[in-house]
Amino acid sequence: MPEENYISIQQFCAQNQVDLSFIHLLNERGLMEIIILEEVEFIPANKLPLLEKCMHFHYELEINMEGIEAIQHLLQKVEDLQQEIIILKNRLSFYEQEQL
Amino acid sequence: MEFIDYYKILGVEKNAGEEDIKKAYRKLARKLHPDLNPNDKEAHKKFQKVNEANEVLSDPVKRKKYDQYGKDWMHADQFEKQKQHQRSSPGGGYTYSEGFGDDSFSDFFASMFGGSGSRNKARFRGEDFQAELQLNLSDVYITHKQTITIGSKKIRITIPAGIENGQKIKLKGYGGEGVNGGPNGDLYITFHIVNNTSFKRDGNDLYKTADLDLYTALLGGEVTIDTMSGKIKLKVPAETQNNATTRLKGKGFPVYKKENEFGDLFITYQVKLPGGLTENEKKLFRELAQLKH
Repeated sequence: MPEENYISIQQFCAQNQVDLSFIHLLNERGLMEIIILEEVEFIPANKLPLLEKCMHFHYELEINMEGIEAIQHLLQKVEDLQQEIIILKNRLSFYEQEQL
Repeated sequence: MEFIDYYKILGVEKNAGEEDIKKAYRKLARKLHPDLNPNDKEAHKKFQKVNEANEVLSDPVKRKKYDQYGKDWMHADQFEKQKQHQRSSPGGGYTYSEGFGDDSFSDFFASMFGGSGSRNKARFRGEDFQAELQLNLSDVYITHKQTITIGSKKIRITIPAGIENGQKIKLKGYGGEGVNGGPNGDLYITFHIVNNTSFKRDGNDLYKTADLDLYTALLGGEVTIDTMSGKIKLKVPAETQNNATTRLKGKGFPVYKKENEFGDLFITYQVKLPGGLTENEKKLFRELAQLKH
């Protein structure tokens, strides 16, 4: 993966005033991947939206780690169901067209 | 422009203390926060109202002004000018940084407090943009790049083959600019796929009807069928019935984000009876009919 696809955790935490331990906790819970390159910790850039979301939950909504874990799990389900609804709607219109 | 009852929005009494307001706000925010309600515009709108109510009621200066003028808020600014009390407050200490632009505040708020209040002192994520893109079904058969214009910005995006009608993709950081160094918002593109082909699509599978002449249906033979990837020759077995369906594996639509995986193509044969028969043909059919009885 090219270097620009990583974000240094230390830099991110300093810029966003986030505890380093927060990202480590997310990592322990399997919610955030940490990559170590030459003894420096990084997160993949494509995980940034997820990290920001977890930050909202924790720092703004005061939701603890267990809560974040449960929410993440449910949100994934919501996303899957929304995708399924789209597919089913399209399938329904397919059969409705056939009836005409 | 209507008066907005911020107390009612937060569901608190007019004499509610700071802690009550904080609690009420958190309770509603946990229910309505956009991160907890993906793609729910209604929740998003409600959350903006709750946020605005909190912006006013959690800030002692704003709350005082709001309480003081109440329904006479339209005259508040004039009065304020007289008092030359222009300094804005440091804010209530807790507001969400979820990306809303200035339009996330009501006209009522802007009129009374002038714009986005204490928000301009903190870093905020830019507004999320929503866009719609109409494509033909034949366009999304292969992964391709397309340049779209959002505002004055041109963005080159990759549209993966097999994208569904109504599907939404997110382009991180292509939304509104962040405020005071905050991150940019995201761009959400909803795809509307118009079927410009003779195929019907059901997920990754395609359906098509093909005409079959009586003789090929009865005696078997070959037909040429159009698929999304070109014409193919198909063997028709003898005695193929009307509405018989045959499946062409892997000739359907590409599976979204799965390279070299395709659905199937289902061909339904429509047997066409010959018309304008000659006397000789009629005679032969009669003979056939007699043979059958």
